[in-house]
Amino acid sequence: MDARKGEPTAMKTPSTWERKSERELVVTRTFNGPARLVFEAWTKPELFRRWWTPKSFGLSMLSCEMDVRVGGGYRLEFSKDGSPPMAFFGRYLEVTPPSRLVWTNDEADHGGPVTTVTFEEKGGKTLLVMHELHPSKEALDEAIASGSCEGIGETLAQLDELLATLGASAAR
Amino acid sequence: MVHYSEARLDASFAALSDATRRGVLEQLGRAEASISDLAGKFHMTLTGMKKHIGVLEQAELVTTDKVGRVRTCKLGPRRLEQETAWLERHRQLWEARFGELDQVIEDLKQKEMIDGRKKR
Repeated sequence: MDARKGEPTAMKTPSTWERKSERELVVTRTFNGPARLVFEAWTKPELFRRWWTPKSFGLSMLSCEMDVRVGGGYRLEFSKDGSPPMAFFGRYLEVTPPSRLVWTNDEADHGGPVTTVTFEEKGGKTLLVMHELHPSKEALDEAIASGSCEGIGETLAQLDELLATLGASAAR
Repeated sequence: MVHYSEARLDASFAALSDATRRGVLEQLGRAEASISDLAGKFHMTLTGMKKHIGVLEQAELVTTDKVGRVRTCKLGPRRLEQETAWLERHRQLWEARFGELDQVIEDLKQKEMIDGRKKR
């Protein structure tokens, strides 16, 4: 993988990705800092907006509202390369600083996934585990086919649609 | 665990970045077709269509088979790999996010150190 210019690459660690079961996607990544700071970066809007929409993806955050407490809501609006805004929204089910955050993803029409992020500190570093539990195998398959989980742009969604169509016609 | 090959995905995305090639894939999703059929349908020269098919073939999205003088095109083995492609894009987005998050955490650590010194 080629490192982008001007970025500190020395301490970058790769993330691991696994479709753990028919309904689950699990991502792990270690960060070079204590859990309370990593947790802060996930729960304070002014910090969150600095990393959630990477410029290298042509993403920009339009608004970021986060009421980080049990039952509180969040709403993120962003656009890709100036395209019409897209929104992610839901509510927090669990907020346990600095070790655990659970929220719903309600932008899907019928039951989105529940995301659990845990922050485990060890020797000044933090192991982050992000776990996405979808309501059913079909829901995760559908998210994969439509690209809805990432919302990184209409073009890619169209591509997914095309690929899904191709997959479906091939299966016949 | 799913493994990904970046070079292959690059080839796929490059292949799919063109409207004609996407149209060709849709067409082949319905039925096999010869290069001259496709050239006719998409109003292009045989040479132009051959080039597009070459790109799709390289990305393994299309395979071709020559019988006599006719080269028949059909969808290749990559057509069912949308899951891998989706995961890879998802992963790339998150790698970029995590890279930015590293920087935020580094800044917070610096700030704490400076604040800590001020307090003393």
